Amino acid sequence: GPPSPAHRPRVCSRVRSRNSALSLLDPWPYLPSFPPSRRGRYWRCCSRGAPGSVMGSRASTLLRDEELEEIKKETGCEFGQITRLYSRFTSLDKGENGTLSREDFQRIPELAINPLGDRIINAFFPEGEDQVNFRGFMRTLAHFRPIEDNEKSKDVNGPEPLNSRSNKLHFAFRLYDLDKDDKISRDELLQVLRMMVGVNISDEQLGSIADRTIQEADQDGDSAISFTEFVKVLEKVDVEQKMSIRFLH
Amino acid sequence: LIVNLLGISLTVLFTLLLVFIIVPAIFGVSFGIRRLYMKTLLKIFAWATLRMERGAKEKNHQLYKPYTNGIIAKDPTSLEEEIKEIRRSGSSKALDNTAEFELSDIFYFCRKGMETIMDDEVTKRFSAEELESWNLLSRTNYNFQYISLRLTILWGLGVLIRYCFLLPLRIALAFTGISLLVVGTTVVGYLPNGRFKEFLSKHVHLMCYRICVRALTAIITYHDRENRPRNGGICVANHTSPIDVIILASDGYYAMVGQVHGGLMGVIQRAMVKACPHVWFERSEVKDRHLVAKRLTEHVQDKSKLPILIFPEGTCINNTSVMMFKKGSFEIGATVYPVAIKYDPQFGDAFWNSSKYGMVTYLLRMMTSWAIVCSVWYLPPMTREADEDAVQFANRVKSAIARQGGLVDLLWDGGLKREKVKDTFKEEQQKLYSKMIVGNHEDRSRS
Repeated sequence: GPPSPAHRPRVCSRVRSRNSALSLLDPWPYLPSFPPSRRGRYWRCCSRGAPGSVMGSRASTLLRDEELEEIKKETGCEFGQITRLYSRFTSLDKGENGTLSREDFQRIPELAINPLGDRIINAFFPEGEDQVNFRGFMRTLAHFRPIEDNEKSKDVNGPEPLNSRSNKLHFAFRLYDLDKDDKISRDELLQVLRMMVGVNISDEQLGSIADRTIQEADQDGDSAISFTEFVKVLEKVDVEQKMSIRFLH
Repeated sequence: LIVNLLGISLTVLFTLLLVFIIVPAIFGVSFGIRRLYMKTLLKIFAWATLRMERGAKEKNHQLYKPYTNGIIAKDPTSLEEEIKEIRRSGSSKALDNTAEFELSDIFYFCRKGMETIMDDEVTKRFSAEELESWNLLSRTNYNFQYISLRLTILWGLGVLIRYCFLLPLRIALAFTGISLLVVGTTVVGYLPNGRFKEFLSKHVHLMCYRICVRALTAIITYHDRENRPRNGGICVANHTSPIDVIILASDGYYAMVGQVHGGLMGVIQRAMVKACPHVWFERSEVKDRHLVAKRLTEHVQDKSKLPILIFPEGTCINNTSVMMFKKGSFEIGATVYPVAIKYDPQFGDAFWNSSKYGMVTYLLRMMTSWAIVCSVWYLPPMTREADEDAVQFANRVKSAIARQGGLVDLLWDGGLKREKVKDTFKEEQQKLYSKMIVGNHEDRSRS
């Protein structure tokens, strides 16, 4: 599994290293290609502009070759994409402990103004946990890889890729399904609707919208939308394009 | 004995060097040494990049190239268009424009949210820009591998030159510059008011700023100097670091605006205000916007007073974009002289990340980079038109500056560096979406 992040005390927003005189110097932080390091190559994606600190204290922000390979296999992303996203991960990680918390996500202004921002942030954190490491981060983002990329590496016997149509729909389903019981009840739909419209629509109106939606989708008469019913309603929607994010270059 | 001789000769050499640098500063001439230095450095960097690319090719790997323009493709379509498109693709009903809510609407918010997690426009402006190729400073070495023996030796040489030769020289120059400023302005302050005092004050200020410019090895190119700010105007510029002040003030005579600090800054401020009227506010006065506006208006209306230098962004941004200008200085009604400042980060990134480094650390980092290279454009003056309000005027000036400097024009507030975004933006999005759901039914009541 991934290396456990070293436990460091939370740093305050104004970070000044104690040995600031030392950190001013340009010490030997990078690994030149001679002599070859026996531990394998490290990809050092430091947060931009940080003074190179003495080797070793930044171990938790290094991404090992083996980890890179594992992530590549699991998510199907390319090498360049993974390193760029790792760069992004470390720049979001203000506490510099190798994991992201909910506050780290909420610091992104464009996400904070998204009506469903909190639901999306929630999707990154597995049940009951407050921190997500880079593997988890990539696993969630991998849902949004374009589907055509799968054509290059078709593995019929392997597990279903994270960015298949079904998995993309499942991701959207989980945004609605607040209590994770694999059913979207009327209450859950109302709550999500309320998040999306704010105070601009009355309760009765919203209620009738929710009722109508469930009525149209529900086929087994349990007044809730199961995943299969969800898929059936959206069978004509171009999920591949609408739930995919394309990398430039 | 030999040690003594060595010591003495070094000191003499050092002093000669200082004089050699300070004398041209006094008269405002330049020998062109700094530009020669810059050209040499560029050649060295080009060679280093070639070597690294060659090393990468040998190992059959890709060289990491950062992209400041974004790593993912984003659609500039609006909320309405996107959601309509999603509904159209999924709907078998023919153009049913009474469609209220569809389960697929969530795709829009979901994807937008994910896009901002991967790459957003705002947070990356608050940290230093990534360079495209390495400039032999280990502080900018993120993921630049394939560094051969020769490059390492070059890097080592660079460290030696920067820390053992350039740094002491620069510190000495800075010290000279600041002490001359304090002493000079205090002396000038004792003279009776009049043209002679003004003349002397101007030249003392200019001389000291020029010495400070040399202390940072700043290589500045001024464009369109005929548009330089005049008396009774306000000069606005984009803000990247406290060095901006030194860069602008070494080419013109401005009245500074700012908060009274303690310590060394306070001493400098008190001395400067004796020679010519700068506008310093007490900490308590800063909160009172009306008081600030009143004092600035008074200063501006007195045509004999100097142009005010203001940075309306309010905080340091990393010089890849221009963020929202605060409307305060645009309400005063004076002529605005916009100035665009663009740094070349390859020789030394001038951005001050105030949440990471304190002032002293920052200055020392500046003095141990190769040089500070920047271009300054003086844009033609602008005045507020009859039909626009302060905010629109501010945005117009901001766009002009962004266009000239090749920066991205953003509407986001630079204060987001430390504060949370206001809820009103989220409410706008919610309102837009609500309109989509119930907009067709005008008779239904809204809460």
